[in-house]
Amino acid sequence: MTMGTAEKTPAPVAVAEDVRKAERTDRIVATVQRQGALAVLVVVVLIALAAFPNFRSFDNTATILVAATPPMLIALGMTFVILTGGIDLSVGSLYVLGGVLAAWASQWGFAAAFAAPLVVCGAIGLANGLLIAYTRVAPFIVTLAALLGARGLMRAISSEGSETYLVKSDPFRDLGNGSFLGIGYQVWLVVVLVGLGMVLLGRTRFGHAVYAVGGSEDAAALMGIAVRRTKVWVYVMSGLLAGVAGAINAAKLGSGVTVLGTGMELDAIAAVVIGGTLLTGGAGTIAGTIAGVLLLGVIQNLINQVGNVNSNWQQVISGTFLALVVVAQTYLVKLRRVS
Amino acid sequence: MTTNVAARPATNLGNWQAWLPKYGVYLAIVLLVLYNIFFTPYFLTWSNLRIQLIQVAPIVIVALGMALVIGTEGIDLSVGSVMALAAALIPLYLGYGVAAAIIASVLAGVAVGFINGVLVARVGLQPIVATLALFVGGRGLAVVISHGQLKDIRNPDFVNLGSGDLLGIPVLVWIAAALVLVVGFLVRRTVFGRRLLAIGGNRPASELAGLPVKRVLITVYIVCAVLASIAGLLSVARIQSSDASAVGLLIELSAITAVVVGGTPLTGGRVRVLGTVAGALLMQLVIATMIKHNLQPSTTEMVQAVIILIAVYVARERKTR
Repeated sequence: MTMGTAEKTPAPVAVAEDVRKAERTDRIVATVQRQGALAVLVVVVLIALAAFPNFRSFDNTATILVAATPPMLIALGMTFVILTGGIDLSVGSLYVLGGVLAAWASQWGFAAAFAAPLVVCGAIGLANGLLIAYTRVAPFIVTLAALLGARGLMRAISSEGSETYLVKSDPFRDLGNGSFLGIGYQVWLVVVLVGLGMVLLGRTRFGHAVYAVGGSEDAAALMGIAVRRTKVWVYVMSGLLAGVAGAINAAKLGSGVTVLGTGMELDAIAAVVIGGTLLTGGAGTIAGTIAGVLLLGVIQNLINQVGNVNSNWQQVISGTFLALVVVAQTYLVKLRRVS
Repeated sequence: MTTNVAARPATNLGNWQAWLPKYGVYLAIVLLVLYNIFFTPYFLTWSNLRIQLIQVAPIVIVALGMALVIGTEGIDLSVGSVMALAAALIPLYLGYGVAAAIIASVLAGVAVGFINGVLVARVGLQPIVATLALFVGGRGLAVVISHGQLKDIRNPDFVNLGSGDLLGIPVLVWIAAALVLVVGFLVRRTVFGRRLLAIGGNRPASELAGLPVKRVLITVYIVCAVLASIAGLLSVARIQSSDASAVGLLIELSAITAVVVGGTPLTGGRVRVLGTVAGALLMQLVIATMIKHNLQPSTTEMVQAVIILIAVYVARERKTR
């Protein structure tokens, strides 16, 4: 807009200008909110490439990706849950339970090693979902109880956590250690599952229902969306994915380790939130979650590279990161509402 | 987190439905104690009761703060990390005297609580995320401070806090009891307590009524973190060593459980101080009973899960009526 025209007809142009400006801010804010984690990831990776000679090696990249597979699967399920406005605290326990079950069941072969964690973790996810959808007890509490229950179950089948089952099935162990085109099988599996998740969330009726339920449960119900069924399914998915993550980890380690996985649920929530998904539900993407998981993974990798830095700084940095991201997000949301 | 879509029809099937959520905890404790008196050998010995009280004291102290936060419709996941921070600071400052060590660890609590409070009240974050950041970062910082080492504490005055007696009752228990009274007074008899409940009940209305909502919220998170830091330093005094990676691990779950089982609704607006103490005692008794009867920890955990669900389910009936 030139000054001349603005002087002649001030009011409408100014209004149009305002609207356009508001739209622009809105677009920028939305982009930052969606791609913020990706941008930070790119910056961190660029710095790492410049500063650490070992970072750019193919082996190191593979290490980062392999280490990120279990968190990625858990965070994928968590993204669906958080998008509906819920939360799933039980995934850390389900992850360990899945690993122990997979190692235990591997004595009956490859299929059993996968089926056992899927069935049990899926059932616990189903119980979570049914309780949350039909009794309206807060997701926080239901999944907290499931956290305790699943941990109890894990200890019950592993003689109070003292027995470590070894993976007996060779094909199953290959899944964790073999590779295709230089990239571990588990990474390929995760890529496929994440791809499926993206299609499910972005291209199907179910995905739209997930966003609608998270945006406004009442409105979704009035629109005729099966709110309860949607909720049940997201918790089932979250349970299943945690179980698969555990199974993959057991395949990698060659045994069902009983002491891992504490705090895993909070790492997953942190990754999802850093990836730009709002904890209030209704807004967020799987792409953001991928960036969030990789960002946390790269930070950990860098701290390991530096060597003499205390590895506990990783937690401090993750915590700070989380705080910064959520604070920034809140301001972005406010900015969007104002404009 | 879930919103109630359909209004439930009023259920008034009998008196017990109103009675159970309020006094169910006490009933459960009485039943459990009776069971133990008859079926558990050595239950009624002083040394056993003493151990139970000493074990439950830190959980009670943390749960008190948690109850206040939950009363404002919030939650504080960072209490375990605050305990770890307090524990990590004690060996650093014990050289300047017991008072200095206690002040340092309580100040750490104030700092963490202030950050939580500002994030929740001023920035407007959801409490679960705001405190999650410090849950992740706080313990890391504590382990960094203590270089990941377990440090023995030998200062006799400080150790006395954790293992000494006063009139035959452990100092630890006296402190917990005193804090229960203080928090009870705070909730029932002070303006602060009234404001806290009002904010939990209806925050927009409290804002419109001119209450200093942000200040009260920040104070609540500070109080919660300070109570957690006291619990942290008392645990260090009891164990006589400071291990930042182990102190207060998963205590946020025990504290939330105690509060919820004690009948404080997660939706805010209501704090039951005695109920919280009873909730902590009940969970402690359940665990102790199962250990005494040689049940595995795995069974104990599953039973805890069921108790939490039952408590919340029972409380839910009252809330929706």
